[in-house]
Amino acid sequence: MTTSTVKTPAKSAYWAGVRDGAPFILMAVPFATLFGVIATDAGLTIAQAMGFTVLVIAGAAQFAALQLMVENASIAFVLLAALAVNLRMAMYSASLVPYLGAAPLWQRACIAYLNFDQTYITSVARYEARPEMTVADRVAYFLGVATPITPFWFGMTFVGIVAGQAIPDAWALDFIMPIMFLAMVAPMVKSLAHVAAAAVSVSVGLLLVGMPAGTGLLIAAGSAMLAGALVEVWMERRAS
Amino acid sequence: MTYSTAEIWTIIGIMGIGTFLIRFSFLGLIGDRAMPAFVLRLLRYTPVAVLPGMVAPLVLWPGATDGQFDPVRMLAALATVLIGIWTRNVLWAILGGATTLYVAMGITALL
Repeated sequence: MTTSTVKTPAKSAYWAGVRDGAPFILMAVPFATLFGVIATDAGLTIAQAMGFTVLVIAGAAQFAALQLMVENASIAFVLLAALAVNLRMAMYSASLVPYLGAAPLWQRACIAYLNFDQTYITSVARYEARPEMTVADRVAYFLGVATPITPFWFGMTFVGIVAGQAIPDAWALDFIMPIMFLAMVAPMVKSLAHVAAAAVSVSVGLLLVGMPAGTGLLIAAGSAMLAGALVEVWMERRAS
Repeated sequence: MTYSTAEIWTIIGIMGIGTFLIRFSFLGLIGDRAMPAFVLRLLRYTPVAVLPGMVAPLVLWPGATDGQFDPVRMLAALATVLIGIWTRNVLWAILGGATTLYVAMGITALL
């Protein structure tokens, strides 16, 4: 076995991931801190707030659950709503299969644990741009992207719990998250089919915004994927 | 909040396991078995299908302004998208969007 020669590209894929993941520290810091602050205000202990962050690692769902817990919703409803917010990640999971399905089960389990919006989109953009990547390189890259973000997500939650000071509204940090998400997705709009998918996603998403946690988004995403695929088929037929 | 300690840990535990299972689902069960061509075609659009729909309400009705339309945030969002499509670079798009946000906020504060 000459595995030593294989190590170098996987290593460089890992570091490329670290570099591409680093900007998201900017987003992890304010939101993790805010979660720590709100969780403590809501009455969670340090262990409970940290348990939330470490076991769930999904910002939007954590905030949704906390909000419902403050309102003393039934446990079943808290769970249903928070898990509905995370259902989009089943789509992420499916879309990673063609790239990572061949990786060992334990590596797929690690990636599943770390599969949140930032790691997923950044990695898929790279996999699409470089179809020649090996499965090992792809795994290394994914873990690389997660490396700078995850410790800050955990650490800053703790700082928020202990220091307990929310960042002033005047900094408009609420809008850093939309900017980051738009910045991640805009470079991926590469064809008419992508434009169609994005347009359907926005219009259906806005139309169904009143639906309970996450369900409107699921319908929007499903119709948008269908729109993208259909336009792609249509373009292929026209070209041939 | 009126939950007992055990109830809170139940919520945290089930949410943790549930979220992991959602993330593991397809990746864990399908592995490297082949998927139908049309499914692969659908999945190619996952990122552009999820994120725009997730962000659009936040751009039109920001939480920080209690849902009131805010031209400054709209402008920053447009700048981010245009720079992202033009440069094909996430970092430039973030920088351009954040700069637009703060410059526009500065200008409106002065007016």
